[in-house]
Amino acid sequence: MDDNRFLHAERAQWEEKVLNKVLQTHPERKASFSTGSWLPVDRLYLPTPLTPEEYQEKLGFPGQYPFTRGVQPTMYRGRLWTMRQYAGFGTAEESNARYKYLLSQGQTGLSVAFDLPTQVGYDSHDPRARGEVGKVGVAIDTLRDMEILFDGIPLDKVSTSMTINAPACVLLAFYIVVAEKQGVPPSQLEGTIQNDILKEYIARGTYIFPPKPSLRLITNIFEYCAHAVPRWNTISISGYHIREAGATAVQEVAFTLANGITYVQAALDAGLDVDRFAGRLSFFFNAYNDLFEEVAKFRAARRIWAKIMKERFAAKDPRSMMLRFHTQTGGSTLTAQQPDNNVVRVTTQTLAAVLGGTQSLHTNSRDEALSLPTEEAVRIALRTQQIVAHESGVTNTVDPLAGSYYVEALTDAIESEVWKYLDEIDKMGGMVAAIEKGYVQREIQEAAYRYQREVERGERIVVGVNAYVIDEAPPENILRVDPSLQQVQVKKLAEVKAQRDNEVVRTTLAALRQAARQPEVNVMPFVLDAARAYATLGEICDVFRQEFGEYQETVVL
Amino acid sequence: MAKKKIRILIAKPGLDGHDRGAKYVARALKDAGYEVIYTGIRQSPEAIANAAIQEDVDFVGLSLLSGAHNELFPEVVKLLRERGGEQIIVFGGGIIPQGDIPFLRAQGVEAIFTPGTPMSKVIEFIEGNRARVEGR
Repeated sequence: MDDNRFLHAERAQWEEKVLNKVLQTHPERKASFSTGSWLPVDRLYLPTPLTPEEYQEKLGFPGQYPFTRGVQPTMYRGRLWTMRQYAGFGTAEESNARYKYLLSQGQTGLSVAFDLPTQVGYDSHDPRARGEVGKVGVAIDTLRDMEILFDGIPLDKVSTSMTINAPACVLLAFYIVVAEKQGVPPSQLEGTIQNDILKEYIARGTYIFPPKPSLRLITNIFEYCAHAVPRWNTISISGYHIREAGATAVQEVAFTLANGITYVQAALDAGLDVDRFAGRLSFFFNAYNDLFEEVAKFRAARRIWAKIMKERFAAKDPRSMMLRFHTQTGGSTLTAQQPDNNVVRVTTQTLAAVLGGTQSLHTNSRDEALSLPTEEAVRIALRTQQIVAHESGVTNTVDPLAGSYYVEALTDAIESEVWKYLDEIDKMGGMVAAIEKGYVQREIQEAAYRYQREVERGERIVVGVNAYVIDEAPPENILRVDPSLQQVQVKKLAEVKAQRDNEVVRTTLAALRQAARQPEVNVMPFVLDAARAYATLGEICDVFRQEFGEYQETVVL
Repeated sequence: MAKKKIRILIAKPGLDGHDRGAKYVARALKDAGYEVIYTGIRQSPEAIANAAIQEDVDFVGLSLLSGAHNELFPEVVKLLRERGGEQIIVFGGGIIPQGDIPFLRAQGVEAIFTPGTPMSKVIEFIEGNRARVEGR
């Protein structure tokens, strides 16, 4: 620190002789500045000299512990991130056509959005599915729908991410069986299932079962995939939805990593070896508009996770310590007003994700505060990634913002704030206890409320919403899902039920029930058998519902 | 004469779990001095109508982002009318295309607040209906 004494003396002089004069005649815009998440921002940052040992401990080299500078040695010089647009709506036929379009436009991976009934384990004819079939994603009732969804898409060449949580084992089983039918062995399959139930209780709401059996389903998947589907990412531990619910950047990282700790512990408790499954864990984060804070957030998250895996869980394989992540730009940052402005927001967020070292990226479409995206809007969103990748130059060197006095200071600040939360959650008995008490939900809600009040009071400017407002006509070109789709889907389901061998369905479901009753048995092979027999998603989930019960929300206000 | 304490039920029908907006509105209305009840997520139209009648509320605010509003909002209004809550004023919010608003209004949803609407507009709407509520 002594080396810095000279600089600090110089700074004091500068403040006295230069700065103070300017402040007198030209006061700053605000009394104090902060990041989007209210971390304080100083006027000026100075270098913080690190010894070589300190550098190695805090930053290291790319592809090496603690992975602050990235998980691959060459990052985007070697290979660009996977451009993966989350898509799906209506029927399997319509979504299949959208996937083929996206692949023809240069998208390099698929990302499936399921409708809400699918996400909470109801078939399309269920009364609770009313109005929701095919709305926010594709409706999948049976293996037949999945066969149509991937018709003509070679599953040995495309990697697929599926946003599915409570019934993740069922959709994964459908996918594996479709691949089998295409002649692709499970060992060749690449992709990700979200499979992160804890954040559903916190933020997204598509839970079915209580935490304990949910954790069992998750560790069953870890175990099954470790030998049968070794290239599959068995979970995507998701901060995205936590952030969308209003969390700060610090909370996003803290609660996501706390969830990660819970999954690792559950797997260890189930007798799995840490280095056998930890390399297949992946993460999913949000990217908001505060560019530097977001970059610092990604760098801090990598460093903290590496320490957790090494020190808390005694992982030996460096792959187990790497935090690999997908990013989606912030849906809730988009405005219905002047929707073209969203293209600029998404560009800033894309830069944040790429400068932060993401492995995969979804860019939101400009019309998403209005409805599901139109094809044209999706194309611009994908082009945004391509322009950043090929024209901006930011992909030509590894971790380009490292050494920025500000970014390094913010990375440290985020890290220390995150550890405070992790300690607090440990004290409460872990994440499940913290969620059941409503602690996590309350923390997020406080931040969401504070943010919205600032917008309402004009303390935080949202262009086009509380400043620079214009009179606008309602947008004309928005995507609409045909409301008659539910009938189409219900009819298709009835056909499958009429054609399948109902005796086989009964037998496989009975075997699944037996397996569910024995906590030490892995349910995956039984789910696969039921899937092959064209048992419906709802039938399979009903077995679990009857055996495991259903989760009741802790309403926090 | 003291003003009547207005009671408002904020509810999320259907399967959509995005409750940031609903919770914000509930809390902001509470801060503005109203009595507010929040149902939590994933409520059926039946459960919402029953809760509204049982709690004797003056307003029901429905929030939905999944696109199922054209089915679920009118269903709540219909059930309120059938079950003796026809005087309850229904409003809504969420990701709702402008083009759907005339239909929803015709179905008895009296106001729709889309993203970016300031709270003052919601409060204006409630106060604008105060005479109706107090006249009962």
